[in-house]
Amino acid sequence: MHSFGYRANAVLTFALTILALMCAIASFSDNFNFPSPSAEIQIVGFNGFKKKPHGNDEVSLTMNITADLQSLFTWNTKQLFIFVAAEYETPQNSLNQVSLWDAIILAKEHAKFWIQTKNKYRFVDQGSNLRGKDFNLTLHWHVMPKTGKMFADKLVMSGFRIPEEHSL
Amino acid sequence: MDWQGQKQAELWMQILLLVFSVGALATGYIIGSFRMMMLIYAGGVFFTTLLTVPNWPFFNRHPLKWLDPSEAEKHPKPQKAVVSKDKKKSSKK
Repeated sequence: MHSFGYRANAVLTFALTILALMCAIASFSDNFNFPSPSAEIQIVGFNGFKKKPHGNDEVSLTMNITADLQSLFTWNTKQLFIFVAAEYETPQNSLNQVSLWDAIILAKEHAKFWIQTKNKYRFVDQGSNLRGKDFNLTLHWHVMPKTGKMFADKLVMSGFRIPEEHSL
Repeated sequence: MDWQGQKQAELWMQILLLVFSVGALATGYIIGSFRMMMLIYAGGVFFTTLLTVPNWPFFNRHPLKWLDPSEAEKHPKPQKAVVSKDKKKSSKK
């Protein structure tokens, strides 16, 4: 503590160490949040079906997505990344997950929403398994923090089915 | 700064930073604003720096008593040992 430089270094180093501790505590405080999110997806209709002779099946659809994810936000939340994935089983793969739509929610007020949208990303299969296929639509969310640990979870909605080709 | 001042400066620095950090965390958590926590803490660090880093007069209340030059001459520094004596000592070992 004998010189200006020495004291300045001491203050800054101690302040930074304490800051790191504060961020760790802030992140830990997220564990005391018990969220209760809810969501519902309805398929308005299937827009088209592409069946290529030596290619992969592709389906296009429109959905209504309703969700209330406000309880996921804490004081330490920067944004919420959500995406909807279609999940189904095929002879080759026990689980296929195809991401159909995603969004970034920056504020708690925007976390309660309703949207009608076509699938943002192509619903493509590895093969020709989509006709008459039963699938789940799962809403995944990643709670991205301002500092510290990221929490992720999902909500599975089942009971969806792609119609047989001829009826599209 | 004198010795007492340095000790005081270090103590104040530690106390102030800890108090500000706890206060900032508590305030931020209660009102739910991360930004507010950072602002309070930044203000605290700035204030602590201002108070403890510069050489303020109140850190110099116990100045060091340096000897007068005349007093120092009366107590000369001890001489180094003569070289030949060292050689003799080393050969004995």
